[in-house]
Amino acid sequence: MPAGQFVAIVGRSGCGKSTLLRLIAGLDAPSSGSVSLDGEPVAGIGDRTRMLFQDARLLPWKSALDNVRVASGGTDRAQAQRALEQVGLGDRADEWPGVLSGGQRQRVALARALGGQPGLLLLDEPLGALDALTRIEMQQLIERLWREQGFTAVLVTHDVSEAVALADRVILIEEGRIGLDLDIRLDRPREHDSSFAHYERTILDRILERDAEADRRREQVYTI
Amino acid sequence: MPAAILVAWQLLGHYGAVSSRTLPTPLKVAEAGIQLARTGELLRYIWSSTQRALLGFLIGGGIGFALGLLNGLSHSANRLLDSTIQMVRNVPHLALIPLVILWFGIGETAKVFLVVLGVFFPIYLNTLHGIRSIDPGLLEMARVYKIRGAALYRHVVLPGALASILVGVRYALGLMWLTLIVSETISANSGIGYMAMNAREFMRLDIVVLAILLYAALGKLSDLAAKALEERLLQWNPNYAVDRKGGGRRGRRAEAGGIRSEAADPAGGKVVRG
Repeated sequence: MPAGQFVAIVGRSGCGKSTLLRLIAGLDAPSSGSVSLDGEPVAGIGDRTRMLFQDARLLPWKSALDNVRVASGGTDRAQAQRALEQVGLGDRADEWPGVLSGGQRQRVALARALGGQPGLLLLDEPLGALDALTRIEMQQLIERLWREQGFTAVLVTHDVSEAVALADRVILIEEGRIGLDLDIRLDRPREHDSSFAHYERTILDRILERDAEADRRREQVYTI
Repeated sequence: MPAAILVAWQLLGHYGAVSSRTLPTPLKVAEAGIQLARTGELLRYIWSSTQRALLGFLIGGGIGFALGLLNGLSHSANRLLDSTIQMVRNVPHLALIPLVILWFGIGETAKVFLVVLGVFFPIYLNTLHGIRSIDPGLLEMARVYKIRGAALYRHVVLPGALASILVGVRYALGLMWLTLIVSETISANSGIGYMAMNAREFMRLDIVVLAILLYAALGKLSDLAAKALEERLLQWNPNYAVDRKGGGRRGRRAEAGGIRSEAADPAGGKVVRG
């Protein structure tokens, strides 16, 4: 996986995509094989690795600003404020996380992750719990920040359309193995046009085909 | 409501419905209070009781907090100590009075010791519970962001356990006064309990009632202090948020509703009694 690439990992639930992300993060240790980061095997959490979880995991007893600060070892207020402004929350810096909406909390978490200039950003279905409109907004935000800052991004998602919209490369995991490795050659920002739909359908068909194989009683024909 | 009860009490006493040998009227009690206050006795008694209470609370609460912290953070310490502490907890601490008198006599040490025992358990249990119920997701987040050591306690562990610890403090304050009353009633040469027992000898019912009212007031006062502490330290928590306009404690869950319930009660909504 080259540096600066945006990779999306898709697959059915329980296929091991979150486990893969936790292995890259260094949160779990592999039972066999190895994960390398910049040529070094991953041991513990990397210095420039940041992770965005499905729930924002903000400290509810700290203001949005302090949540950003505490994560980067107490950086100065101005720097944290800038990180919040990047995600469009400059005016909510002093709010408790408890009064922010789900999307706003996730944006604070994003500001926190980006505050320390990450080299690798791991996203564990960070948009899974958001409503459709907030999702699209967040996708655009993540894409914009990724293009500005040039970090490597790995996004785990169960939403194929989200994967195609954001990633340079989509990897499908089936029962713990790579089932499909697809480069997405579309211009950014991406439109939901026919070639977008083509990529989306290729991946979806592959996922659903496996399902049909497993369940032979259900005979269905998928056409592209 | 308390005012209405006072008026009713005064009227009943005044018109002889309740004999002054059973219950003196509030005015009589107030008179006794003023009289004792003039000689300086009242203040001295209140002061010596408060001193005992606070000393016992600080020692017992401190030990309880430290042990709760230790057992909450270290699994092996917990296995070593917790079951012993739970066993001792099941002995009502007031049942130890004869033993305590034999050990320490009837001086100050005995009373402070009993208060220490009384406040230790609620603070210990709630600290332990508070640390145990910290969201593991937050601890994992702290790992990713390399928040460790002292910073981990200051930013994550202690604030996370605070709601529960404060419940322990509130409960311990109640037990503190209860224990003190009992131990002062048994033996003392100063304090509110002493004042009450002394008054009993002389059949001064007004002073006895005054002592009871004093305990009620002191208990209420410490409860108010604990509540103020809660509102100040837990203002981030929607469950404790004070609605300034309405003046009441109203959860703001509706506003806070979003992704999951990460801002919800970190203490898991459970109260552990000592």
